[in-house]
Amino acid sequence: MTALLELAGITKRFGLVTVADGIDLSVGHGEALGIVGPNGAGKTTLFSMISGDLAPDDGEVRFDGAVVTSRDAAARCRLGLGRTYQVPRPFEDMTVFENVLVAARYGAGLPTRAGYELATSVLAETGLAAQANLRAGALTLLQRKRLEVARALGTRPRLLLLDEVAGGLTDPEVEELVAIVRALRGRGLAIVWIEHVVRALTSTVDRLVCLAGGSIIGDGTPAEVLASAAVREVYLGSDPEAAPAAPERTAPDLLGKLLR
Amino acid sequence: MDWVNALVQGILLGGLYALFACGLSLLFGVMRIVNLAHGDLAVLAAFLAYATATVTGVSALWATVVVVPVFAVLGYLVHRGLLERSLAAGPLATLLVTFGLSIVVQNLLLESFSADSRTLDVGSLVSASLRITDDISVSYLAVLTFLLAAGVLVGLQLFLSRTQLGRIVRATSDDPEAATLVGADSRHVYGIATALAFATVALAGLMFAMRSSFDPNIGPSRLIFAFEAVVIGGLGSLWGTFVGGIVLGLAQTVAAQIDPALTLLAGHLLFLAVLAFRPQGLLPARSM
Repeated sequence: MTALLELAGITKRFGLVTVADGIDLSVGHGEALGIVGPNGAGKTTLFSMISGDLAPDDGEVRFDGAVVTSRDAAARCRLGLGRTYQVPRPFEDMTVFENVLVAARYGAGLPTRAGYELATSVLAETGLAAQANLRAGALTLLQRKRLEVARALGTRPRLLLLDEVAGGLTDPEVEELVAIVRALRGRGLAIVWIEHVVRALTSTVDRLVCLAGGSIIGDGTPAEVLASAAVREVYLGSDPEAAPAAPERTAPDLLGKLLR
Repeated sequence: MDWVNALVQGILLGGLYALFACGLSLLFGVMRIVNLAHGDLAVLAAFLAYATATVTGVSALWATVVVVPVFAVLGYLVHRGLLERSLAAGPLATLLVTFGLSIVVQNLLLESFSADSRTLDVGSLVSASLRITDDISVSYLAVLTFLLAAGVLVGLQLFLSRTQLGRIVRATSDDPEAATLVGADSRHVYGIATALAFATVALAGLMFAMRSSFDPNIGPSRLIFAFEAVVIGGLGSLWGTFVGGIVLGLAQTVAAQIDPALTLLAGHLLFLAVLAFRPQGLLPARSM
């Protein structure tokens, strides 16, 4: 059986900075993959190239056996690629329900009635049923993060790309989101999850990839990757070229998170 | 009673301004496009109806049935062929493109129809009126225009708030990139919005043409009324545009009651006052 998502030699440069340097990566059906790496490692850029928001300079993106490198984001969404943004971007003036409904209608291609049903069940699944008729712009950060996941689920994805859904939340809030993701994982949805809050990842994913300087420097079970010398070195920041120092997250802070 | 009459006429005239302005409001609200060709498109619609009526011999009212759908299709094509390309290059590019379109339309009309003034013949409808009291009588055409305006604005609002297509128009207008992540093809969605805007501007152009004469160069001077209605009401809000149109109509007829020479000036002064003291307009929108 072929992999659900395959990246072959994905390369992207912004001027002199190489944010993706010939990345090869594959994600199987129903697999949950976590991606970690210091800020500036190219994690979000990689997501954008998978979702179709950004075109790679070189390389190929294959989804479910078909080459999708030249298809736009809307087409990839309809094929079954769902994505969340690191900073939630709901349609502010629409209700929570409408936000998910447009996804069900256009992303999943459902007729009206089935769209309503999917939107209702997705909101229940993400714990937003009580907020369904609120204007999305009025939500709290946790609720916005939930809506970001709900809207992506509304497109009925076969692969869900989660970009730091736990970022900026308190510990109990992170637990709530992790529970949602774990439930999704339980029903066989393939997930690729970028996260700085590593313990949220390790409890959920079966495989972890560490990205630094546009290259994969670790790939394996969470325990293997976190124990590897290359990964620890990047997080310790002893090799400044491989790991551009993150201004708001110091190396000891990150190491603390890793070891927690 | 003259004053009451002025108020009634002002509200009815405002309906025409609102109908005319809602296409401008829609394009700005959804795509942030300021359509400088808006007035010329209304005139183009009038000439198209004039030509249809002349060639086929049908009444101008029936020509409307042909022209409005043709304009909707034209709107979609203009978006896909012209506006879409300029959107990526920023607001200045769309401004220049619509300005260019305005010049092209004016000169095409001049070339095809000469500079003569025309009117759309709607038979007895143009002068038929309903006498309410000895001092107040309203023309059927003005009432028809007002009802059309109300119907179009309510219809557009319902379309945007209640239909699936309307929701995706709002979503795309709010965040085009996020909208593609829920499967929306923004080019198609914007094309639909432009088609709607063109259909309403055609309708307004025809109603204008039924009550007063038009020539190929009158577009820009009509455009100013649409701008004033949109700005007075509040950018990007359809209800605001409706209110803005009526307020503009009232200002003109009430001023005309004082001195007919003040008619247009009063509208412009009100517009300036709104810009100076309430630049967000009377009924500002959060977004479309």
